[in-house]
Amino acid sequence: MSVATIPKECTAANEGAKPLVRVNNLTVRFITRDRTIDAVNGVSFTVDAGEVLCILGESGSGKSVTLRAMMRLLPPHLTKISGEITVDDEDILSLGAPALSDLRGGEVAMIFQEPMTSFDPVFTIGNQIIETVKRHDGLSESDARKRALELLEMVQIPSPARRLDNYPHEMSGGMRQRAMIALALSCRPRLLLADEPTTALDATVQIQILQLLHRLQRELGMAVLFVTHDVGVAVEISDRIAVMYAGRFVETGPVRAVIREPQHPYTQGLLASTVNGAMRGKRLEAIPGSPVNLAALPPGCAFAPRCRHAEPACAVPPPETWIEPTRMVRCIRATPK
Amino acid sequence: MSADVLLEVYALRRYFPIRGGLLQRQVATVQAVDDISFAVRRGETLGIVGESGCGKSTTARLLIHLLEADAGTITLEGRAIGDASGLTAREFRRQVQMVFQDSYSSLNPRCTIEDTIAYGPTVHGLSWSAARTRARSLLGKVGLDPELFATRYPHELSGGQRQRVNIARALALEPRVIVLDEPVSALDKSVEAQVLNLLVDLKNELGLTYVFISHDLNVVQYISDRVLVMYLGKIVEVGPVDSIYGNPRHPYTRALLGAMPSMDPDNRGKQATLTGDPPNPINPPPGCRFHTRCAHAEMCCSTREPKLAANTGTGNPTGDHLAACHMLIPGSGHSAAPAAAA
Ligand SMILES: Nc1ncnc2c1ncn2[C@@H]1O[C@H](COP(=O)(O)OP(=O)(O)O)[C@@H](O)[C@H]1O
Ligand code: SF4
Ligand code: SF4
Ligand SMILES: [Mg+2]
Repeated sequence: MSVATIPKECTAANEGAKPLVRVNNLTVRFITRDRTIDAVNGVSFTVDAGEVLCILGESGSGKSVTLRAMMRLLPPHLTKISGEITVDDEDILSLGAPALSDLRGGEVAMIFQEPMTSFDPVFTIGNQIIETVKRHDGLSESDARKRALELLEMVQIPSPARRLDNYPHEMSGGMRQRAMIALALSCRPRLLLADEPTTALDATVQIQILQLLHRLQRELGMAVLFVTHDVGVAVEISDRIAVMYAGRFVETGPVRAVIREPQHPYTQGLLASTVNGAMRGKRLEAIPGSPVNLAALPPGCAFAPRCRHAEPACAVPPPETWIEPTRMVRCIRATPK
Repeated sequence: MSADVLLEVYALRRYFPIRGGLLQRQVATVQAVDDISFAVRRGETLGIVGESGCGKSTTARLLIHLLEADAGTITLEGRAIGDASGLTAREFRRQVQMVFQDSYSSLNPRCTIEDTIAYGPTVHGLSWSAARTRARSLLGKVGLDPELFATRYPHELSGGQRQRVNIARALALEPRVIVLDEPVSALDKSVEAQVLNLLVDLKNELGLTYVFISHDLNVVQYISDRVLVMYLGKIVEVGPVDSIYGNPRHPYTRALLGAMPSMDPDNRGKQATLTGDPPNPINPPPGCRFHTRCAHAEMCCSTREPKLAANTGTGNPTGDHLAACHMLIPGSGHSAAPAAAA
């Protein structure tokens, strides 16, 4: 099923505006000698300028692979990618090496769970931001230094002038995360890709970073594609949520609708098994069985082995059903409202 | 000691030396657990929460005597290892078992599941055949079909299944207390819920007592009867779960609970956040260890350490809810403290 069948305004929260990101029928396979992993199996979505789309799913559901494909960060010799990805009408999958390196850290930037993915341990934080803005924006050394300082202020790092001369390992976890955000934002990206950037942080630090990202996203009018396994984090940051299972989006919609009226049995199960205090003393409605093995996907609906509504018709892959102009559910039980 | 106390910890302390330089001399000390006292009551689940480095896992390892304490005592029904009661380390370890977060590295990759579970009982004198029979029955109890799983190896199992094996292994010695250190943190939510259901069922069926350690405040609220909050090696607050979550008294507990994502799209972004990261347990601040991040800190907070005291406010009829903050201690010198009794 492709987005071509979906009226454009249906996928965009901001009707009429042209989406910044269009992904059409993205498929990613990892092919090794002994097996093939179907990590992403036909994912289509759009993201508007200034919009936060969160991909919510459990480990191994293909969230990170989807995100990495957006920046072509997957090892080319092992990976087979098909489908279409455009950012601002630029065809990402056909970009050559120079254009790709302009794109990365320029119009599209990425932040990770582990900040050391972004930083080189042998250079100072300041040095790395300065080099990035010199390369992408052609600034002089002194202008670049000024920009670096502003960036550290923007992400609320205390004593920013002094911190520019810190090596990454000299900072605490939360500060390093802020510095990574500063580096990612240094060339004013229109799209920020965020792969579980708060997952490794302590609770009191996580909420600071989430609120910072949310504020910067609004102030800079940046689109964000945010990947998380944590429902609470998704609720905190997103405009829309896409729930991912076995390399497919099984449900998408505005955050309120998905959280309050989940339609797909997997989304329902995920929310029911996300514990909160109100469930005290009650038995949890856990989803039975184990998460799916991407090296041996069942034909048809990949959730069927764990789904209490499964029936013979689920043996063929269920199509995307748009139950409302902004709500997609990939389940045979879904019917348009 | 009141009759319902099963496990009691008194003035427990454990520091770790940090070595550095060419000669690996001791250059600093981490005060991982610093003078903590608490009781675990028979049949309860005591939750322990706090951020990384606050001493949760060290407390767990001390509790099962996997680590030796620098000071303090741990008693099981009033008996300590090596005292006149004759409680042996071996008997203590049989009665107090542990389940770790990392389900994989805590299992021997070369042992079948059945032998992994049977091993403990054989050490305690059961024959291998009796121990294997027990292992198979425990596999059934933790929801793994013994026909399918007994002869498998750890790498053939999913994370959730391996955690079930770890739970079965802990149960094999028929312990009375199980210390669970982040037992569901590495699991996906859908599997976490299965394992939480299992833990609740086993506790009810076998009359177990749990010490449940987690950084996940939602999970702790779900499973615990009482909750203990740690910050930089100290207990800052302890009390019944509803009282802690509904009426937190320590500013750190309030901040921690306030940092929970709201789960309500209309209520997000409203959390009042602390600034900065938790300070380093290598050089904890003097006085109240939270004073460097506390909005209510005053002079007395950086000079004197507040002791755990009864929450003098409303909602603590049993006196069961304690917090270590100068604002609650009469005559502490803090402007918000109740007046000292005459
Ligand atoms: N470079 C790679 N080579 C082979 N398999 C990979 C590679 N990267 C990811 N995978 C596999 O792809 C699947 C999806 O991974 P990922 O997107 O990281 O999941 P998530 O982010 O949702 O946890 C997993 O089975 C993972 O092991
Ligand atoms: S398509 Fe069938 S198996 Fe899949 S979620 Fe819907 S009802 Fe369940
Ligand atoms: S003792 Fe002082 S610094 Fe510590 S929590 Fe209470 S008010 Fe804050
Ligand atoms: Mg991931």
